[in-house]
Amino acid sequence: MSEPLLNVEGVYRSFGGVFAVRGVDLTVAPGELRGVIGPNGAGKSTLFNLIGGQLTADRGTITFAGDRLDRLPAHRRAHLGIAIVFQGARIFRGMTALENVMVGAHATTRTGFLRGTLRLPPHRREEREIRQRAREALGRVGLADWADRAAEALPLGQQRALQVARALCGRPRLLLLDEPAAGLRAAEREALAQLIEELKAGGLTMIKIEHDVAFVTRLADRVTVLDLGRVIAEGTPAEIRADPAVVAAYLGTAA
Amino acid sequence: MSELVQYLITGVGGGCAFALVGSGLVAIYRVTRVVNFAQGGFAVIAALTASTLLASGLPHGLAEGLAVAVGALTGLLVGLVAIGKPGTPPGAALIVTLGLGVFAYAVEVLVWGDQPRSFPGVPGAVEVFGARFQAHYLLIIGATLAVFAGMGLLFTRTDVGRALSACASNPYAAKVVGISVTRMGLVSFAIGGALGGLAGVLVTPIQLVTFDYDVTLIVGGLVRPALTLAGGLLLGVAQALVAGYGNAAYQMEVALVLMLAVMIWQAARKPIAQEEPA
Repeated sequence: MSEPLLNVEGVYRSFGGVFAVRGVDLTVAPGELRGVIGPNGAGKSTLFNLIGGQLTADRGTITFAGDRLDRLPAHRRAHLGIAIVFQGARIFRGMTALENVMVGAHATTRTGFLRGTLRLPPHRREEREIRQRAREALGRVGLADWADRAAEALPLGQQRALQVARALCGRPRLLLLDEPAAGLRAAEREALAQLIEELKAGGLTMIKIEHDVAFVTRLADRVTVLDLGRVIAEGTPAEIRADPAVVAAYLGTAA
Repeated sequence: MSELVQYLITGVGGGCAFALVGSGLVAIYRVTRVVNFAQGGFAVIAALTASTLLASGLPHGLAEGLAVAVGALTGLLVGLVAIGKPGTPPGAALIVTLGLGVFAYAVEVLVWGDQPRSFPGVPGAVEVFGARFQAHYLLIIGATLAVFAGMGLLFTRTDVGRALSACASNPYAAKVVGISVTRMGLVSFAIGGALGGLAGVLVTPIQLVTFDYDVTLIVGGLVRPALTLAGGLLLGVAQALVAGYGNAAYQMEVALVLMLAVMIWQAARKPIAQEEPA
């Protein structure tokens, strides 16, 4: 296996004395699509937020492309190339779909406040480039016709696609997806699965959290299974489906 | 008729100052959720700075420009103290701005004394529809319109503007795309300081700088820039009309009645969409 892009080592996180994540290791190679599954309360979301920076770990280290992540605030992690698509509609209300996506380019902009405010030529060039990139990202997720609509007017499925476009506009090196298929209709799920496959073919590294075993095992290269804050299994989708510990965790029978 | 036109124009001029101070307040509030009680102080500090710089021989334009820059810097300093530490709750920051406002007042009295000051604006008078008024009013109105247009461009056509809007809309998601919410909060304080400073510099030639220039309450509850402009102008015109046809002593009462009306109107409407909890 090549040098890992993301390396999570011995990470712990508790809430009021209860450990949500206890000693999780996770190694993701460049270009890999990793699925993370587990029953409710397994610690999936906590792990996700520890990588994204919404939470900080009590113990353990998180390394991303050689940089230590675990003490960085969330916005600094975005500058390193980590993008997140949330399950909830974390969009910018009051702005158009296109503007939402353009905000995603923030971490890649170079012109500062003064030059931006004075609208000097380098800024104008960059502004044009960002607008172009945002339109491409919208097209990629099938929202080209929605560009000038208010973001909050979009249906849930499109709002999630909008988050994907926003993430892509920042040219991420790692994309975190939190139950991207949850609440979507069959056709929307299919479109989303196709988009994820395209992104994977383009070489983007992704970590996808799922509650639904069938959806994650279909797309992922490897799957990590969490239960009660620990990794109970890791392997290819086929291995995971056959693993008695996984079956036990999901069905509640003795392993 | 000519009287009415005169009151309208002087009212709009005064209203522009309210609108500028108010939109600075709104910019800070939307990005940081902090009601900045030091907002009126930015106008006073900039106006006093301009009077000192002009008295020391600096030309018009340069002196006023520097004074606005001092307003922006003051805003930045207030912001640093109020929200510089990430995670400061807006309620605590509000108290800090209240304290800083009082502190600034003390500093102003120490440095400049407690006598009202003024400096000349655009000289001459203009006559429109038989109404005569100082030409300076045209500068106030023109500058305010230009600044509002510029703000519109800033917020929609620049990365910083979009980042500010993003922080106002959803700070949680803003962090995720790499925006430092604290830094944007500081930018909003600097913008608020510059707008307040501009208001102070613009209106001082037509009304003395006084130390109770606190209009923060009046626009409280107005969180949309267009409404702030409209509210500021309405207030200015209403005050001028009351002063013109009635008694200038009632100006504060006019402001309070308008504020009450706005609050009742706001409460009667359905609440505007709230941001998601973080």
